[in-house]
Amino acid sequence: MGYTVMSNNDSVVIIGGGHNGLVCAAYLAKAGRKVTVLEAADQVGGAAATREFAPGFRASMAHLLYLLDDGIAKDLALESNGMKIARTNLETIALAEDGDHLTIGSDGVDGGGLSQDDKTAYTEYRRFMSKFAGVIGGLHNQVPPRITQQRGDLLALGKLALKIRLLGRDDMREFLRIAGINIFDILQENFDHALLKGALSMDAVLGTCSGPRSNNSVFTALHRMSGNNGGAAGASSVPAGGMGAVTDAMAAAARGAGVEIRTAAAVSRILLDGARVCGVELAGGERIDAAAVVSNADPRTTIMDLLGMRHVEASFAQRISHFRSKGNAAKLHLALDGLPDFRGLSQTQVGERLLIAPSLEYVEHAFNPCKYGEFSPRPVAEITIPSIHDPSLAPAGKHVLSAVVQYAPRDLKQGWGEGKAAFTAVIMDLLAGYAPDIRERTLASELLTPADIEQDFRIAGGHWHHGELSLDQFLMLRPVPKAAQYRTPVEGLFLCSAGCHPGGGVMGSAGRNAATAILAD
Amino acid sequence: MRRSELQHRDHFKNAVWPSPFHSRQKEHNQLREWSRWSDYLSVPAYWCESMEYFAGRNACGVFDLTPMVKHRVSGPDALPYLNRLMTRDVSKIKPGRVGYSVWCNEQGRVIDDGTIFHLEQGVYRICSQEHQLDWFLTNALGFDVRVVDETHDVCGLAVQGPTSCAILRQMGLADIEKLTPFGMASFDFEGTRLMVSRTGYTGDLGYELWIDPDHAEVLWDRLFGAGQNRGIRAMGSAALDMLRIEAGFILAGVDFLPAQEAVRPTHTRSPFELGLGWLVHFDKGIFNGREALLEEQKNGSRYALVKLDIDGNKPARDSFVYTKDKKYAGTVTSAMWSPSAKASIALASLEAPHGAAGEELLVEIYYQRELKWSRVMAPARVVKDNFWDPPRRRQTPPVDF
Repeated sequence: MGYTVMSNNDSVVIIGGGHNGLVCAAYLAKAGRKVTVLEAADQVGGAAATREFAPGFRASMAHLLYLLDDGIAKDLALESNGMKIARTNLETIALAEDGDHLTIGSDGVDGGGLSQDDKTAYTEYRRFMSKFAGVIGGLHNQVPPRITQQRGDLLALGKLALKIRLLGRDDMREFLRIAGINIFDILQENFDHALLKGALSMDAVLGTCSGPRSNNSVFTALHRMSGNNGGAAGASSVPAGGMGAVTDAMAAAARGAGVEIRTAAAVSRILLDGARVCGVELAGGERIDAAAVVSNADPRTTIMDLLGMRHVEASFAQRISHFRSKGNAAKLHLALDGLPDFRGLSQTQVGERLLIAPSLEYVEHAFNPCKYGEFSPRPVAEITIPSIHDPSLAPAGKHVLSAVVQYAPRDLKQGWGEGKAAFTAVIMDLLAGYAPDIRERTLASELLTPADIEQDFRIAGGHWHHGELSLDQFLMLRPVPKAAQYRTPVEGLFLCSAGCHPGGGVMGSAGRNAATAILAD
Repeated sequence: MRRSELQHRDHFKNAVWPSPFHSRQKEHNQLREWSRWSDYLSVPAYWCESMEYFAGRNACGVFDLTPMVKHRVSGPDALPYLNRLMTRDVSKIKPGRVGYSVWCNEQGRVIDDGTIFHLEQGVYRICSQEHQLDWFLTNALGFDVRVVDETHDVCGLAVQGPTSCAILRQMGLADIEKLTPFGMASFDFEGTRLMVSRTGYTGDLGYELWIDPDHAEVLWDRLFGAGQNRGIRAMGSAALDMLRIEAGFILAGVDFLPAQEAVRPTHTRSPFELGLGWLVHFDKGIFNGREALLEEQKNGSRYALVKLDIDGNKPARDSFVYTKDKKYAGTVTSAMWSPSAKASIALASLEAPHGAAGEELLVEIYYQRELKWSRVMAPARVVKDNFWDPPRRRQTPPVDF
């Protein structure tokens, strides 16, 4: 592409100090660019910041680390910059109302009267899913190729084909068979135990607008398992100090590389000089010149609100406006005066990753209402109590419960104004089914609906991946063609958010890939 | 048909509608032949194609252009909207003026061509061959504009030829002779507004009259009454086609494939490939196709649409075009024997690098005499100037007849 970015000026402005913005900033600064990060909020981190939601109680929107790229952690020396992992390799516990839970680890599953067949099947399931996830994961740290005849593109596509071929004949056939279909069928093929199937389907639907029966839910499951941190595929960790400590470490790394980070600096507009980007304007009217602007805001916000659709061609504007990005996950934070008593769980087990997803049918039924603008009357949830691993998140002896709860459509028919209290009550009922004392333990609560997430973190649609993660919005199709290599059609404007390949989860890859694309320009 | 009628639940039962001028066209249509043009009945020839053509060149031909698709664009963002939509700089078209333009898709291929009427400050009418509402509305994302298809609420007559100005003056349109080419004027007419633009598709002196359908018949009657002694004649689409080829005007679906109808994207054309590079203004900021057209400008076009002057008198319809050493060079898109230029002329789409003015080529013409087919390889050359371009086309005031 014939851009002449930064020919006489190497200043870069990054809109948004979320994790991808910080990672991108750090890599650019390490390569000698003069980088300024502008964050609208009072602290960096975006949806991966740790915030106080009740006096003395802190939690972060993104609560588990499962996709953070090892290479990025190393390049940015995140550990020496302050990142500490309080607990790695969380086990997953599928909660049963009667207390006969299943404990699902990376190398086995137990409890709940599970048959030997299911246990064996689980080992095999882990084997092929981890292997397939490796194919997806192998794509994360590259600028997606385009479908062209150019050598670099052909090479990248050839490598992908080769990687699939190298799965071996049987596994390749299986990968090609299942990669685009739904997790419901795959779990039915492999398992009998309803609770096991329900719990495993959660990996496919968390953070998405899909149920187990939705197509390409196998792909979303593979994506969730595609990380390379902490060893086992899909293993979750709890960072000390909440996710904010991870983004703080990223910010420290960026500052160390010479990045200037400004908080409470909301960008209101991307400025153009003719057809080329020349800087940004802040909400207060201040203008900041830059040879390149990198937006860590989601693609729709970037193009539709900050740039303006009139500054791109109509087909591109249309594609961006059709980027599917309606959030469906709500986030619940409870301030607890002590550990709740989950039926059948020991004190240590309460600190694992707890899932409420009793069966595939239950999860699918939970999904159905969101299609019609209603929240689930019987939701599914992923629960953690991070204060068990990091007591600093709550006052002494007290605890924080952090849960992703689905489904909560961004466009709730009744409106989130009144819907919020109603959905909170539904969730509390749900939790009480497993931890009967949850209400008495609760001192304060916060529910972030997709509407809140949209507003608080400025993510259009309130989707934690900035846009639905699906095959038609992945790789060279993410967010849309002509912006999928981190460059937009507007000279000097780049994207680096989770709305780009390879998507969300605290990962950093989009930020690093964007830096690669910018530096190659 | 009015737009309001389109909302009637049974409107689809009629695929083709009589034009608001139908009752008058029927009186003139001695051949009783009707064709379909877009949503309306149209007349291929009323009486004699050649005589109608000569009326257009030597007196006054009247053509019903109601079926032309018309969109109205208004609202605070009308100008920036059109500037992003069109390849040319629309800000140069002042209120009361008309401009020719093309619009492209993201690949820089022409979707359609048409005329932009700047009716009043910030209110535009786009006349085109194809319905464009879907594309125009897609383009409206992010703009404060109102886009309406008003095809059925405005009817039009093209009044073309050397006596056209005198006829309109006779009809009572004061100062019509002061109207400059691509200008517009509005008149009180039988209790309604008659809009007249000095535009046309014949490359000659001529006007287009625009009025609401309820006043179609009275307009026709007054016009033909005024033109009685100045050779006025209803003109069909066959005659108009002759006039436009002589003038070097291209026709969507004939000289180029509208990009949105293409199944094979490589069969479409860019503005450069249609000889319309003068309508592409890169200095005005973003517009649809800009990136692709910049790329094309850098790397070169694949085709050139050219005018051919062909030896002999046989129309080169559908012919193949070859180089002197009989290598394939392209195909003819429109061709005719031109009575005014006294030459066999054609528009042809040639593959790069062919098409430079003066290039000598061969045209393979198949022709028939009393059912006997013959073939001739007629020498031809690429010419730059229009086949028909009389000074009266631009004179203001026009010569009185």
